[in-house]
Amino acid sequence: MMTNPTGRITQGQFSFLPDLTDAEIALQIEYGLARNYAWSVEYTDDPHPRNTYWEMYGMPMFDLKDAAGVITELQACRSTFPEHYIRLVAFDSTRGIESVAMSFIVNRPKQEPGFGLVRMEARSREIRYTVHSYATDRPENERGGR
Amino acid sequence: MAGPLYSIPGSTAAPPATVAVEADAASAGALESARTVGAVLAQTQAGAVMDELDRDLVGLAPVKARIREIAALLVIDKLRLNLGLSATSPTLHMSFVGNPGTGKTTVALRMATILHRLGYVRKGHLVAVTRDDLVGQYIGHTAPKTKEVLKKAMGGVLFIDEAYYLYRPENERDYGQEAIEILLQVMENQRDDLVVILAGYKDRMETFFQSNPGFRSRIAHHVDFPDYEAGDLLNIAERMLGEQHYHFGPGAREAFVEYLDRRLRQPQFANARSVRNALERARLRQASRLFSEPDRELTSDDLTTISESDIRASRVFGAPLSHEK
Repeated sequence: MMTNPTGRITQGQFSFLPDLTDAEIALQIEYGLARNYAWSVEYTDDPHPRNTYWEMYGMPMFDLKDAAGVITELQACRSTFPEHYIRLVAFDSTRGIESVAMSFIVNRPKQEPGFGLVRMEARSREIRYTVHSYATDRPENERGGR
Repeated sequence: MAGPLYSIPGSTAAPPATVAVEADAASAGALESARTVGAVLAQTQAGAVMDELDRDLVGLAPVKARIREIAALLVIDKLRLNLGLSATSPTLHMSFVGNPGTGKTTVALRMATILHRLGYVRKGHLVAVTRDDLVGQYIGHTAPKTKEVLKKAMGGVLFIDEAYYLYRPENERDYGQEAIEILLQVMENQRDDLVVILAGYKDRMETFFQSNPGFRSRIAHHVDFPDYEAGDLLNIAERMLGEQHYHFGPGAREAFVEYLDRRLRQPQFANARSVRNALERARLRQASRLFSEPDRELTSDDLTTISESDIRASRVFGAPLSHEK
């Protein structure tokens, strides 16, 4: 078993903390908006650590003034994909930075499938290791809500 | 030693100790404990904005009265809330109807500030849009477009200018209807997050509301913007000139009064906007008048004076009075 003892994947900010409440999420969004970050909502059914690019739920939200807009979008994503991983990503468009400044998970499936260690025997009985996401064992249309 | 401020998920450790958030509460506390109208106004400085509105905007007496009424209602609601009486959030969506150039956008901007000061919108910015910003060009384009605008407006005021263009009864497949449905839904469900102000000309807004009863029932405040009187327009013109450091030269004021008199009788008069355009053209003529004398030394008085001839050169004086196109 490759997952940590709590059975929860730990990716992005705040992932060692208990799940943030919506009020706490709104505060984080406000923090980002105050720094002119553009928030976007992303989801995936395969939280493999090397799976960097999750699916986008709608467009990144530029020029927002208030967290309510992002929260609205997040609620819509949660009701569409209740059993998927959902994260909020803040993009800093400042010239010379132009990259993700914040990212944290805001929705997890009730049962997190976790990861397995795969051993592959290569030449000369050398062992090659890789991480396998159990979530991908099931067909795509049976993973979680949709 | 105090307990840790964190807990490990899955463990049964004590929940995080509550961190004091008194700093924020202290500033909000004064408003919460207010018991008089004066205290609320002092705390929120909404009174200052209303006085500014009275001072800066010429005429518009009925509008100012309406806004005072609305503000009074909101202040009283605040006081009721402080005493634990009914806490239903009031419907603040409004419609501003009036002819072009009567100050609808300007007042909407002030309204956003007042609502922000009183705590009914969180950020107090104004997002001004028209049909083009809400309605898409092909199937499936409208909903994301409208939602994007709504998200930008959240925490502030969404000002929809010429709102009746959203509804085009002559084309039943018009995408405007889709935008209207999304708008209505958000206006109903997220009243705490944004205030919608619809604006437009009176008669066309009437037909718009008649064909969209959903809008009428969700809008609490209908504010009528009357046309300006000639005196108000002159006052506006002088303020506009003052802001740009110009003034009327001898006889120019009288010429402008006459100009307004003639212009008012012509079609398509857009109140303050027409006044601004007239002044822009007068400035243009003043500039070319000064430009034609390259060797003259110009004093600051020369540069700031709009002379009678600058006004009299207008096309309006040439047109016969009774003739209308």
